[in-house]
Amino acid sequence: MKVIITVNGSQAEAEVEDRTLLVHFLREVLGLTATNVGCDTSSCGACTVLLDGRSVKSCTVLAAQADGREVTTVEGLAPGPDELHPMQRAFHAEHGLQCGFCTPGMVMAAVSLLKENPSPTEDEVRLGLEGNLCRCTGYHNIVRAVLAASTADEGGPA
Amino acid sequence: MIPAPFTYKRAGSLDEALDLAAQDGDEAKFLAGGHSLLPLMKLRLAVPEVLIDIGRVRELSYVREDDGHIAVGALTSYGDLAGSDLLATELPLLAAAAGQVGDPQVRHCGTIGGSLVHGDPAADLPAVVLALDATLVVRGPSGSREIGAGEFFHSLFETAVQPGELLTEIRIPKPQAPGWSFQKLTKRAIDWAIVGVAVQGGNVALVNMGQTPVRASAVEQALAAGAGTRDAAAHAAEGTSAPGDINGSPGYREHLARVLVARALAESAARS
Repeated sequence: MKVIITVNGSQAEAEVEDRTLLVHFLREVLGLTATNVGCDTSSCGACTVLLDGRSVKSCTVLAAQADGREVTTVEGLAPGPDELHPMQRAFHAEHGLQCGFCTPGMVMAAVSLLKENPSPTEDEVRLGLEGNLCRCTGYHNIVRAVLAASTADEGGPA
Repeated sequence: MIPAPFTYKRAGSLDEALDLAAQDGDEAKFLAGGHSLLPLMKLRLAVPEVLIDIGRVRELSYVREDDGHIAVGALTSYGDLAGSDLLATELPLLAAAAGQVGDPQVRHCGTIGGSLVHGDPAADLPAVVLALDATLVVRGPSGSREIGAGEFFHSLFETAVQPGELLTEIRIPKPQAPGWSFQKLTKRAIDWAIVGVAVQGGNVALVNMGQTPVRASAVEQALAAGAGTRDAAAHAAEGTSAPGDINGSPGYREHLARVLVARALAESAARS
């Protein structure tokens, strides 16, 4: 079937098999390989992207379900080539990553979390990221990064 | 993991969904949020020839007060249930339980109707609607019919919904007794409950203690006869047939049921 999906602000049009998963569409059709496939069972969150602004696990969404809708991956977050999104800056400043495999999904889940709850408590951040696993167990700095990004508008570290 | 090939169709309305289902009969399955069905398809445990995507049938996504009861559209997402002001006031048990299903990503996609029709006894919301004495409205080619939650769940992954039929609405009477609680034990957020308990007033329903969600009738009878919460909870495993798996033996689940029911009844009592 033909799908037309707005990915990071640009319209992408492709002929795909009906069974194509969104994550495979992003990685293999569009070459956007920041979004990782981790567990492939909607457990780990490494494949998290925004679909119409809300976090989803793209290994458990069909490309066909995203047809006509908007997808944002971590490649589409930064406002320009020499700038980072506040969440990316916060992950950098707070050392919110070790091996980096979970990072694109973590960042997207965190962006979605702050959209729904702009000033979360630490507990709310931990609960809000319950769908994302870090295999390095580097959770403390990830949580610090999200808290820092949430206060970025108030002169916080990001 | 990639599902076996299938033909994807998309319905824009309830009527269109039923028309498409009538064309393909037993070969077709409805796709709502897809968070139960797609994982099974990726494991090739489900191999439908046709998927009818009903995820954009917006007319089935709502929570409203209707003639003394609360009506919930079958395609309302867990996230929308958890964030509903009406549910927070009238049915806090449903809002709280929906807010604990899976994780935020799952709650953005998964729907109450998808969970109920999937018929997994380890899922949270089947036990919740059982505890709430809900009525489920199913639409088919020859019109609508209403099924009590107690008659809806037939066996593992089997419900009263027939091929060509679609669950459209969950009708829930306003609870007479205000006390409620939802308790479950999981290892990770995304896991199914090893055991879960939904309490509303004197109604007690169990997650993952048999082939279907079950009412803890012995507990309810003990409560009705005036037993204290601790004594009533001792009956939690009676009449159940708990499964054994990597997360726990039947005996462990029976113990867990008694512990969680005791906690749930205590929390419910504190809220009433």
